[in-house]
Amino acid sequence: MKNYLKLTFPALSENESFARNAVAAFAVRANPTVEETEDLKTAVSEAVTNAVVHAYPQKDFDAPPEIHIEADLCGNALTVTVRDEGVGIADVEAALQPFFTTKEDDERSGMGFTLMQSFTDGLTVTSAPGAGTAVRMIKFIGAKNA
Amino acid sequence: MKIAFENKHNTLIAYPDGELDECSSHSLREALDHEFRSERFNSFVMNMSRVSFMDSTGIGVLLGRYKLLRSKNIPFYVEAPTPVVDKILRMSGLYQVITRI
Repeated sequence: MKNYLKLTFPALSENESFARNAVAAFAVRANPTVEETEDLKTAVSEAVTNAVVHAYPQKDFDAPPEIHIEADLCGNALTVTVRDEGVGIADVEAALQPFFTTKEDDERSGMGFTLMQSFTDGLTVTSAPGAGTAVRMIKFIGAKNA
Repeated sequence: MKIAFENKHNTLIAYPDGELDECSSHSLREALDHEFRSERFNSFVMNMSRVSFMDSTGIGVLLGRYKLLRSKNIPFYVEAPTPVVDKILRMSGLYQVITRI
C-alpha cells in the first residue's frame, strides 16, 4: 500500500516551518541524506510561502483561506503537492522565470519557483485565475546512493 | 528569529540566529534597518553561521539590505554561511553581487 500524508492548515506564514518540517519528517523513512532533507524543506517552504504571500490577497473570505499538502512516498519517489484555492496565476510560464515577481516593492526575490525546480527532480504547476494553484514536486530520495 | 549585533572598529556585524523564512523575515528586516539607522559604521558583515534554514524570502531580505547600504556606499559582506545557506546563495546567484568573506 502506498504511504501518504495529507495536511490542511490556514494560509499563515507561521505555518511554513511546521509544513516543511512535517514533509521532511514524512520522508525520513526513505532514509534521505542531510542535503536531500534540506533541499526538500526549502522546496516545500517556497511553495507554501508562495501560497501564503500570493494566493489570498483579499481579506474577506467566506471560509478561512487554507493550504493543502499531499505527499506520498512510493519506493524512493516522494511526490509533494502544495495546493491553494486562491487567485491563481494568470501566466504560469512567466511566473516560472527566475527573478519574476509581482511584488518587487516587497523585496521579493522572484526565485521561489527556480529554487523549487533546482531542489527537486520535477515540478508541475497547475493554475488558472480564480481556480487556485497546485504545485506538484517529485523528489527521488537516496538517488545519489543508488 | 533572534539577532545579535557587534560593532568592531566601524564594521557592523549581524548574527541572525534561527530559521529565515517569510515568517521571520519581517522581524529580521526591522532589526537590521533599526540598527542601520542607529549605528555608525562603514562596512557591514552578515554572519550567517547561526542560520539553520533559509528560503528565497531570505534572498529578498539580503538583496534589499545590500541595495540600501550600496546607496550609502557601505560594502555588504556575507560571512560563514552554513552549507544550507551557502547553497541557496550560490544557486540564486547572490554571490555575483554580495561578496563572501
